Formats: sequence, structure tokens, C-alpha cells
Amino acid sequence: MFVTELLQTTPDPAAETALTLPDYDPETQAALFRYLLRLGDSVLILGQRTSEWCGHAPVLEEEMALANFGLDLIGQARMLLTYAGALEGKGRDEDTLAFLRYEHEYRNVTMTELPNGDFARTMVRHFLFASWMVLLWARLQSSADPHLAAIAGKAVKEARYHQRHAGGWVVRLGDGTALSHDKTQAALDDLWPYTAEWFESDEDDARLAQAGIAPHPGELAAPWRETVTPTLAEAQLRMPPESPFRSHGRWGRHSEHMGHLLPEMQYLQRAYPGGKW
Amino acid sequence: MYTQAMDLIAKEAGNTTPATAEPEAYQREFDAKIDRGDFIEPKDWMPEGYRKTLIRQISQHAHSEVVGMLPEGNWITRAPTLKRKAILLAKVQDEGGHGLYLYAAAETLGVSRTELIEALLSGKAKYSSIFNYPTLTWADVGVIGWLVDGAAIMNQIPLCKCSYGPYARAMVRICKEESFHQRQGYESLLVMMREGTPEQKAMVQDAVNRWWWPALMMFGPPDSESVHSPQSMRWGIKRVSNDELRQKFVDATVPQAEVLGVTLPDPHLKWNPERGHYDFGPINWKAFWDVINGHGPCNRDRMAARRRAWEEGAWVREAAEAYAEKAKRRATTHPTAA
Ligand SMILES: [Fe+2]
Ligand SMILES: [Fe+2]
Ligand SMILES: [Fe+2]
Repeated sequence: MFVTELLQTTPDPAAETALTLPDYDPETQAALFRYLLRLGDSVLILGQRTSEWCGHAPVLEEEMALANFGLDLIGQARMLLTYAGALEGKGRDEDTLAFLRYEHEYRNVTMTELPNGDFARTMVRHFLFASWMVLLWARLQSSADPHLAAIAGKAVKEARYHQRHAGGWVVRLGDGTALSHDKTQAALDDLWPYTAEWFESDEDDARLAQAGIAPHPGELAAPWRETVTPTLAEAQLRMPPESPFRSHGRWGRHSEHMGHLLPEMQYLQRAYPGGKW
Repeated sequence: MYTQAMDLIAKEAGNTTPATAEPEAYQREFDAKIDRGDFIEPKDWMPEGYRKTLIRQISQHAHSEVVGMLPEGNWITRAPTLKRKAILLAKVQDEGGHGLYLYAAAETLGVSRTELIEALLSGKAKYSSIFNYPTLTWADVGVIGWLVDGAAIMNQIPLCKCSYGPYARAMVRICKEESFHQRQGYESLLVMMREGTPEQKAMVQDAVNRWWWPALMMFGPPDSESVHSPQSMRWGIKRVSNDELRQKFVDATVPQAEVLGVTLPDPHLKWNPERGHYDFGPINWKAFWDVINGHGPCNRDRMAARRRAWEEGAWVREAAEAYAEKAKRRATTHPTAA
């Protein structure tokens, strides 16, 4: 290949185009900023976890599928964090937000930061999460915020594919061998308590619901249960009992795992300050 | 589920020689096709040596793509920006895709993917030894794209016209993606060299120093020592010699290094106006054979990672097969059920 060919630049599909920002009152703007971090960090951190599978999946086809999951999630994170940075108006771009915050400033739901565990655990988590996101993105498609609605329009299609693919594995593993069933049930039992956080809410949520920007989190609880129940039944899995356990990632209080995930993810940005990549 | 289906396809494809075969007539027809430059297709008769050589070459290539996911995969979780993370993840995914097409091409010759993978894991089958070197810094990712994908393209472009149809067609698609990888790798190095900090520039130069000689070795031993070349040339499985390709690579790469602003670690590298080529220093073939024979810096790590993935995935593959069996039984017991 000639130098000239090598120098042809490839367009970056996710590159930000100048955003025209909606005119919000300061409280709504701040609440939306935090909401975008909650969403953006959740897909970012799950994308980070998913990409850990690269080179280690049980079959080559699943290498491809897990990489697809990771690519979709990171793509969504880029759009959400870029918008968050623009809305905040302090000059933070997707990378400043993704790589240069302290742990308590990340707002992802706690389940996304938990270690992958085995393939069953990875697929159960992905199925539970994507099933939630399908409902959430579908609602956000009609958000009063045009940027968020546009992001949701793209993301909902991706989330549907994730739900279908991961759900297919939940069924296959749950109703496969005795060993795979036990691993899948154990994963479900272990992960289930972390879903409660998704449906809890605070003042930001109330404000955004009021403004028609985002659905009230609690409204998705019953539909989500209805979506996942048939798949879990088909997989011969027992629905775990309710638990008083609560996680608080959306409020910046994380599990111990987050403090190991972040230094790995942030390594180059921290070690080469001012670097250009 | 996957593996079973694969075995079936492979068995069917293996059954192509008619019972009444007259080897000599078939051989003549085969030779004529090769001479005309026609493609040999899976259903065509082919000499056993041709089939075996192709299986070895295609599966070795497939294994290389899959093992090749590991060194760069090592940096996905540490990529410096979200854009670079996405590019790298997509690249490594492409390499997995290359593995898939190539395993599929090998299967048309009557072997199954499982057999091939087991040959890799037992150490019987080889993969490109370039992947037995470590990726020590982020710059290694860019340098691999530039030099390793670059050398792979040089090696593989002639294969787009190789005599075996499924392999040639896989190579067309693969080469397109490899040149995309090369461009992305080079571009990421350019950003660091032109806009980066002194520490980043030093990182790039260090990576170039470590990858340059291994990249030259990717073209294989010198023509004088290459065992399979003459027969493979005759069969159109290999079309350009190792040394010619290596020279072509050096000639293309030197100007690219100049634009980038890095030094290639070879004091003998010099334009030779009489030859119309760059001269370069002697290659340390002992180091090359050491790595091929299992003594490279990462041979053990790479094989351990592949074995672990395969062994830890066994229960998943078994579950998928068990489920497929149950589903089939259910379909036959209740034929009307959806
Ligand atoms: Fe490749
Ligand atoms: Fe390749
Ligand atoms: Fe490549």
C-alpha cells in the first residue's frame, strides 16, 4: 500500500456534529445531565465488561456476538456522554467524561460493573439488562428532548437484538444440561437483587418525568417483569424471591468491583496526561 | 449445535470422488484447469497432496486469525479513547470473522472445524508466529495494524487469485478488511507522532523497534530454504516467493516510516539505485525458528489462553447440543407445535 493510500482518513461515524441545545431551566438541565450520565455510564461500563470476553468465548460465533454487544454499547455511550458534555457546557467531551472522573462520579447501575463470571452469568445479565433497555429506549423515543429521542431510536434496535440473542442463550443454557441449568439458575439468583435499583427514583427522575423527557423509572417495573418472565419460564428457571438488598450505582455508590474496573479503563489517560490519541 | 452441523457439512464435502474414478483422467483434467488458471471447486476432483496442502495452509491461516485476536485483545479494555476502543474492538472482531470464513473454506475440503481446533490445541497445527510476541504498550496496537496487517496484505493479495475457489474468495474479502486495519493502525500512529507528547512518540518508536524484524519474518524463510514453495507455486496456492514479497514490503514501508517520523531499526537499510530496491540487513533466522518451535515470548500464553477458552466453553457447547436435541425431540412428538 502506498503512503497516500495509508493517509486517507476514515470518517468516524460517531463523531459529534454540532448540537443545538434545547433551552432548559437550570434545574432541568442539571437533572438531564445527571440522567444522561446514568444511562451513558451504564452502557459504557457494561460495554467495558463485555469487551473483556474478547478472545475467550466458548465458540467463535459468540466472540463475534459479544464484540457486537460491546460495540453497540460503546457507540451508545459515546452519543450519550457527548450530549451530556455539551449540555453541561464545561467543555467536557465523551472521553473526559468516560476516562477522567472519580469513581463516585460514575452513575451506572451497579449490575453493569459486576465481573462477567462465566458465560451463563454474562448472558443472564445481558438478557435482564437489555430487556430493561428495550422498554426504556422505546419510551425515550418519544422523549420531549429531541437528542435523547434520536439516540433512543438507534439504540432500541440494538437493544432488541441483544435481548433476543442473550435470551436465546438463557433458554439454551437453562434448558440444556443439568450443569448448565444450575449455572444459569445460580447466575439469575445472584444477579436478580441488582435489578431493584433500576426502578427506584429520586427528584431528578420526578423532574424529568414531569417535563416529558424520561419515563418515571417505577413505571417500567411491571412491564419489565412481564417481558422477562416467559423467557425465564421457557428456560426452566425459577424466579428468585424478592430481596431487601439494594444497590446504589445510580447514586454514585458502587460495589468494590468498580475500583478495579476503572484503573484498567483509565490507565492510558491517567498515565499520559495531555496525550493525543 | 455448531460443531455437529459442521461435521455433517464436512462429511458431505469429503465425498466427491466418484466410485468409478479414473485417477489419470481426473489428474489430467485437474492439471488442465490449473494451467488455464481456472478455480478448483469443492466438488471437483483434486490430488490428495493438493487437498492436504490446502487444509494445512487454510487452517493455519484460520488459527492465525483467531490466535491473532489475543495480542490486540490485550488492549481493548485499556484503549485510551472511546473511539479507539470501538475501532480496536471492531478490528479484533473482524479477525474472528476472518477465522470463521477460513474455517468454512477449510471445511469444504472435508475436515471439521472441531478437528482443526483440536489440532491447534494439541500443538499439531501451527499459527503465524508473529502472534507469539507481546503487546507491551498501546503503540503496539497501531504498529501491528501498520506492519503486521500490512505484511499480511502483502502475503495475501496473491492468494486472492489462488487456484482453490473458496480460499480465493475468502481472501478477497479478508484483504479488503486488512487494508482497512492497516490504515487505521497507521492513522493512530500518525496522531501520536504529530500531535502527541514526547512520551507518546517514544512509545511509538519503541513499538516499531520491537515489531520491525518479526514483521519481516512473517514472509517466511528465505526462498533457498523454503520447503513447500515449488509445488505450491505449481498448484497456484502460492504465487510469489517469500523473498520477493519481503522486498516488496520493505520497499513500501520505508517511505511510510519517513512520513510517520520513526526510524526503522536496521542500520543497513539503504536505497540501492542499481537494484531499484532498498537493501536491508541480515535477518536473524535462528530467532525465527526458535519462536516457531515454541520458544517465543508468548507461545505458552497464547496456547494456554486458547485452551482455557475451549475447555471452559465445553459445558456451553454441550448445553447447546443438549438443547437442540430436546428441541428436535419436542418437534417430532408435537409436530404441530410452533
Ligand atoms: Fe485478519
Ligand atoms: Fe490474516
Ligand atoms: Fe487485520
